[in-house]
Order: sequence, then C-alpha cells, then structure tokens
Amino acid sequence: MSIRTIADISPAELPEHAARLLADGHRLALISARQDTGGFALAYLFVAGRPDRRTELRLRVPSEQPAVPSLAGLSFPAGRFEREIRDLYGITPLDHPLPRRLVRHHHWPRGWYPMRTDAGPPPSFGDPEGPYPFVTVEGQGVYEIPVGPVHAGLIEPGHFRFSVVGETIIKLKARLWFVHKGIEKLFEGRHPADGLELAERVSGDTGVGHALAYCLAVEEATQVPVSAQAQRARAVLLELERLYNHVTDLGALCNDVAFSILHAHTGRIREQLLRLNAEVTGHRLLRGGVRLGGAHLKALPDPDRLHAIGADVAEIAELALRHSVVADRFTGTAVLSGEAARDLGTLGYVARASGLDLDARRDHPFTDLGDFTPARRTSGDVLARFQIRAEEIAASIALITQLIDEPTAAADPPPPEGSSSGVGLVEGWRGTIAHRIELAPDGTLIRVKVVDPSFFNWPALPVALNSAIVPDFPLVNKSFNLSYAGNDL
Amino acid sequence: MSGVVGAVLQVIVIAVGSPLLVGVMRQVRARLEGRAGAGIAQPWRDLRKLMRKEAIAPHGTGWVFRAAPPLLAGTALVVAAVVPLVTTASPLDGVADLFAVTALLALGSVALALAALDTGTAFGGMGASREMTVLALVEPTILVSIFALSIRVGSTSLGSIVTATVEDPLSVISPVSVLAAVALAIVTIAETGRIPVDNPSTHLELTMIHEAMVLEYAGPDLALIEWASAMRLSVLLGLLASLFFPLGISGASTGALALLVSVIALVVKVTLMGALLAAGEVFMAKLRLFRVPELLAGSFLLALLAVAASFFLA
Repeated sequence: MSIRTIADISPAELPEHAARLLADGHRLALISARQDTGGFALAYLFVAGRPDRRTELRLRVPSEQPAVPSLAGLSFPAGRFEREIRDLYGITPLDHPLPRRLVRHHHWPRGWYPMRTDAGPPPSFGDPEGPYPFVTVEGQGVYEIPVGPVHAGLIEPGHFRFSVVGETIIKLKARLWFVHKGIEKLFEGRHPADGLELAERVSGDTGVGHALAYCLAVEEATQVPVSAQAQRARAVLLELERLYNHVTDLGALCNDVAFSILHAHTGRIREQLLRLNAEVTGHRLLRGGVRLGGAHLKALPDPDRLHAIGADVAEIAELALRHSVVADRFTGTAVLSGEAARDLGTLGYVARASGLDLDARRDHPFTDLGDFTPARRTSGDVLARFQIRAEEIAASIALITQLIDEPTAAADPPPPEGSSSGVGLVEGWRGTIAHRIELAPDGTLIRVKVVDPSFFNWPALPVALNSAIVPDFPLVNKSFNLSYAGNDL
Repeated sequence: MSGVVGAVLQVIVIAVGSPLLVGVMRQVRARLEGRAGAGIAQPWRDLRKLMRKEAIAPHGTGWVFRAAPPLLAGTALVVAAVVPLVTTASPLDGVADLFAVTALLALGSVALALAALDTGTAFGGMGASREMTVLALVEPTILVSIFALSIRVGSTSLGSIVTATVEDPLSVISPVSVLAAVALAIVTIAETGRIPVDNPSTHLELTMIHEAMVLEYAGPDLALIEWASAMRLSVLLGLLASLFFPLGISGASTGALALLVSVIALVVKVTLMGALLAAGEVFMAKLRLFRVPELLAGSFLLALLAVAASFFLA
C-alpha cells in the first residue's frame, strides 16, 4: 500500500529535485515543517496519479537563521506554502518573489512564530504593521468597494477589496486569515485516537473528508490494517458528504440569481439527505462515521431513496439551465482558463471545470472504485462549475450504489509499511485533501499538517473575476465556495 | 365633497394597506415555493419593531441623510392623494397632473440617492449610481406611456384620462393601450425594485440596487423608508389598474356607498395585481445588471411606439 518514496536531501539539492518531479507530472501536495532539537525538519510531498506515486523530499535546516531555497519560481502553491511556513516557523524562503506575510494575522507581533515549540501562549494583539498595504489602482473613475470581513448572512470572515471602474472589477484583493485557530498545534502531543475529533472539525462541512485523510495518514504511520469492507464504507460516507454539499450549493447558486424556488427545493432535498446521514451514522453531518482502523455505519443508505433524490436533483439542474435568464447569468461568467487553473495548482471541481483532469478518487484511490471517470468541462465559467457539480451528484449516487451492491471481492489489503509518518490523500467534495502526520517514538502526534483544497483554490478566485462585474461577485464566489476555516488553520 | 372624502380615503387605504400588500406578495411567493411564509401582517410587525428602536445616524452624515426618509414618505403620500385610485375627482388633481406625479416619484428617489451618497460608503454610492441608471430610463418611460394615453383625452390630468376610460371602457382595447400598459408594467417592476431588475429579499450587498442605498438606515428612519417603498409599489399598481381597468372607480359626485365600493374595488385590484406580480417573480431570475438598461430601453421604445400609434390611429 505504501507507495511513498522518501529521499533525504540537502537544502541546496531541493530545487533540482523539485524541478525533476514537477516535470515528471507531479504536483506539490504539501510542505510540512517541524521543529526539533537542533533545527527544523521540512518535508515536501509531491504526488502524481495514474499510477499513484508519492514522493517526499526531506531536508533539515539549522535553528540559527533557518532558510531554504524558494520553489516559488517552479510552483505557485510552493510559494504560498513557503510563506505559510515563514509566518508560522520563521524559516525564510530565499529569493522568494513575493515575500509578504500570508498566515500571520495583521495584529500578531512581529517575530512571534506560533508553531515553534517555544512560542508560548498567544500574545496580545498590537498594531505592528500599520494599515494593510492594499495596492491602489489609479486612474480616472477608479473607486474601491471594501466588503467584509463581517458579512450579511452566515458567511465566514473575509475582506474583499474591489477596485472598480463603473461596475467592472479591475482588481480584487481577498484578504483572508482572520480565523487562525492553531488547530495544527492542538494536535501536538495527542494520541492519534484523540486527534480524530479535531480532524473532523477542521472545516465543518468536510467532516468526513478531513477525518478520512487523517485516518489514512495515521494508519500508514502505525501500520494498522483496514479491511476492504471498512474502506468501502468510508467511500460511501465520502460520497454522502459530497451529495449534501453539492445539492446545497446548486440551490445557493440559483438563489444568488434570485431564482429562489429552486433554492427552496434543494433545501428540501438537503434535508432528506441530512436525515439519511443521521440514519447512516447517527449524525446529520456524518461525524463519527470514520474511525481509526475502520468505519462505523448504523445502516447502509437505501439506494432507491438515493436514486429518487438523484432524479429530483437532475430535474432541478435542468430547470435551472433551461431558464434563459439563469443560463445567461451562468454562461461565460468569471472564466478561469485551463492554463491559469493549472499554474495556480487548483483542485477539485474548480480545476475540473477548467479542463484539468484531477480527482484523488481515481489518482490516489484508497479503495477500488472500478472504472471511475471524473466529470470534466473546459469552459471554466460559473456554468461549468454548476454542471460539474450536478454531474458529480449523479456520479456519487452511482458510486454509492455500486459500493453497496457489489460483494466485496477484493481481499483485505496488507498493512502499510510503517515509517512513523503517514500521508492521507482524499477527494473531499471541494477537492483533494492532504494530511501528513508524524509520530513520536511513544506513539503520540508530533506534527500534523492539514491542507484543505481551499488553500490551493483561493488565489484562483481573483484571477477568474478579472473584468467580471461587481454584482456577479456573490454568484462567482458561491460557484467556487471555498472554505475559510479549512484555509486558515 | 365626495372628491375630498375619496382622496382622504385612498390615502388611508394606501398608507394602511401597502405593508399588507407586501405581506400578501411575500406570502404568495412563499406558498408557491413550498414554504410556510411569515403571514401577511409580517411587514407591519417589522415596522412596529423598527419604530420602537432608537434613531441612529452614521457619523459624518448631515441633513440630506435625515431628510430623505420623510421626503420619500411625504412624496409617496402626496402621490397617493393625487392619483385617481378611489376617486377621479381628487381636489389636488387640478394642480398635479402626470408630470407632477412623475416628478414627485423622482423627487423621492433622488432624495434617497443623495442620502446614500451622503453616507460616504462605497455601498451607498454604488446603490445610488445604479438607482440613477434605472431612474434615468424609468421616469421618461412613465411620462411617455401615460402621455400616449393622454393624447386621446387631450389632457395630461390623470383624473381626466381615467374618467374618459370610465365613460368609454372599450377605448382601452387599442394598440396604444396595450403598448403603454406593457411599458408601464415593466417600469413599475423596475421602479419598485422587483425581480428581474432588483431582488428585494437578497442579503448580498454587492448585487443590491434599492437596498444598497438604505443599508445605513436603522430604526424609525428605516421603517419610514420601508413603508414609503410599499406605498410607492401600491400606488403604481393602483395607477396601472386605474388607467387600464377603471372598474368601480368613483366620479365627482357619488354617495358614501359608491365610495366604499370603490375602496373595495381598489383593494381587490391591487391585491390581485400584487399576487400576480409575486407569482410571476417565482418564475423569474434576476437579470445581469448590464441587461437591465436593455430591458428598460425596450420598455421606453414601447412607450414611444404607443405615442406614435396614438397619433396615427387616432
């Protein structure tokens, strides 16, 4: 099962190795740092699909003036991970093209690195940075619209600064990172079994996705075998989570163009799905279903009910797209080109709507899903993201039916080879979730790195919105529907 | 005398009934969407709640901000007194013809837009700019389409136009009326901020037109604006009904019973039109903002055709 190859390298060798892996079709899944006696250990995880390949580059830097060569020129996400690590650990990326703070809150004191072992309790907020350095767009008729971080409605905090001429967006700056909870730090020192409930709560709507990625990582590190039956049950839970979230968002997209009758009906279907979730796991948001070493289902979902729901959703999607005004609002709105989606390293339905062929269910399978082909569109607009999600609902129902109906033919896989660290890659409903854990010799967690696909997808939103109009922003934002909590850990 | 009583009656009916009309429209919408709805008295309960709160004005705002809500409500009340809804013989009819009515409606809108600018917020400016874009196309369309109807009568007095229609109901069935009716219906939707031009129930600040202008208002000021908006909706629907279906409307000298019948007729007509509008909204989505001028320019063209037709077919 363990297909992870690990190479210990020196910092100077990093760019060369990374360039080779990226050229070989890998993408950077995460960079994880850890402080130990005498320095920092960094792990760069590169992954590629078909066949599933995971390569980890490990290197050490000293604790005095820690620095690594920057990979920002090779990979855009790498540049963002490096800024994250710089803000949390104080490891400087050398020759970084955009060495601004990322995670570090505006009001944190300078030089305080919360993930270091000697960080201590959170300091009181100050104002070391002065006003936030928004780039001002100059020119005749340009004005700014500041929105947030407190919004109308139940939305997480994020500040959006639009520079606008008339109604056309010239530049959008999304200022996030208002919700740092120190969740990665909370994992430290816990027993793996006690970390599960934390992982389940990384992002409220992705309980199964994060719990499963965490469990896969822990199971690889502790060499716990998981029966094929349990893995299939986990796959069912993952698809159930995708179902209720996709249905909700299809309705929300219709609501954003004031077509609220479909929103009301998706609300009805969402409630049916949540009740189904409660029957399957005892929790409406599927918490407690994924366990370390297995899964716990009270009952299997009834395929007939799911098929009825699928027909209902298909009708709603068709009604929406046959409505000329709705179709007009969706079509051609906020196009994210395939090239931009690839360069920014986007994941999930955002990537697939722009023509990228990425899906961890096929690229990094933890159970055999047979001949699974992810939905894909190339237009990259709101319409494509809407259609992808409608298609994924149908695909999820087909997958659940297949997982329930087919007898478990596969033999239980052998236990993973242990290495005191482990990686879990799971296609959550937003995209590929990556967890990487490291265990101390006594079996407790010393480092858990969590990456929600929102971390990769947030930079794509302003790119897609370039030259869109202001009143379309809520619709476009909903079509991406990125997590703030999963992004800012 | 009955003209004065009629005018007083229609002001009272509009003032009391408008929030109920909004309640009916929300309820129709909720039921059609399979929701329970809050009941038709909910807008009144909201107004009561808002009236009990203290008045708050944002820092840096001046008299323009404070004057806008009373001005908006005042113009709506005056229009309610002038427009032939219950009676065609309003004592104010002589001094307030269709140009005065349009100007009064525009005065309220402009006051609100200026107040939105006075707040100095981006949303206020954004809402004001959008409202003016809509207003610039709506007001001429109202003028021109009613003007088309006035040519037949030879007077710009709304009372005379409606009286002429009462005396000869079949005269409504003409290309002029149809064109003018469609144009007026579209601008009524735009003027009152309904779907597909604006969405009165959205919480998304960036998509708002009317609501973006009133974001900074709270308490009694907000209540006044909500109430005035409801009155403008009722008056415009009532005017539409009077112009094209003046059934039951009272003339210059009628008794108390006839006035009562007129009031009931007004309530029934406006409720029906409101319900129809709400039912239509269920099947509509909001247009992209840049498509709104296209829609309104289309309605202006219809109004212009109505005027042309009234000359050629007269």
